[in-house]
Amino acid sequence: MSDVIAALVNLNHPGHYVHFGWIEISVANLIVIALMVIVFVLALLLPIPHGGRK
Amino acid sequence: MRPTWTGWLRRRGLESLPPEKLLPDTQPAYVASLVYVFGALTLAAFAVVVLSGLVLAVEGVNWWHVSRAGLLVNSIHLWGTELFFFFMVIHLWGKFFMAAWRGRRRATWLTGVLAFVVSIATAFTGYLSQQNFDSEWIGTQAKDGINATGAGAFWNVLNFGQMLLWHIVLLPLAVSVLIGIHVLLVRRRGVVPPFATPPSAGGEAGAGESGR
Repeated sequence: MSDVIAALVNLNHPGHYVHFGWIEISVANLIVIALMVIVFVLALLLPIPHGGRK
Repeated sequence: MRPTWTGWLRRRGLESLPPEKLLPDTQPAYVASLVYVFGALTLAAFAVVVLSGLVLAVEGVNWWHVSRAGLLVNSIHLWGTELFFFFMVIHLWGKFFMAAWRGRRRATWLTGVLAFVVSIATAFTGYLSQQNFDSEWIGTQAKDGINATGAGAFWNVLNFGQMLLWHIVLLPLAVSVLIGIHVLLVRRRGVVPPFATPPSAGGEAGAGESGR
């Protein structure tokens, strides 16, 4: 299993960074932030499975 | 009978938080959205972080370098922290956009902000405690930055003992107290109602009602 994951995500290299002026952030961090925004939007849009109680 | 401070405390406590408010078994109809679960998720992550932290404290800071079990518990502690911040920030976004300080909830908002800031300090002292090259790098860089503020005179990030004790005693205590007050305030004031919807032609809708 760990071989499969290792093949999918090669961690054996320096980290990738994105640079806009004084803002420098890792791609990994950017992905986490994007995930947070997606989860937030989904939480607003998705209904609760079995309706609200009083 | 002579008044006592314990009697006074009991009466004040029951006044502000009667049992039905302290441990309610209903919730307002408008709390029927997934955006309201992130506070509880943050609490759950915090519980995992504290419990794994207790185990790490029993074994000491070298444990995860010499034991697979230690590495597992240390990883749980780290990933619990990652999830703690993930959920806490989404909780913050939700509370900000619903202006959750409305209706005498200023203290709830402020304790939340303080808990956030103190959690960051707790995480930073944790990163200093890893006992690896990364923590050494963090220590020297932070020393440089903090010295520039003047605070480096009494808060020395290169003093491992000081940083570790802040991380496992002082800061978790502060975070726990802040979270406790925050949750009690939510119980006391209730979850903030949504913004009042403009009255429609047919009926009325106001704060506290949500069309379903």
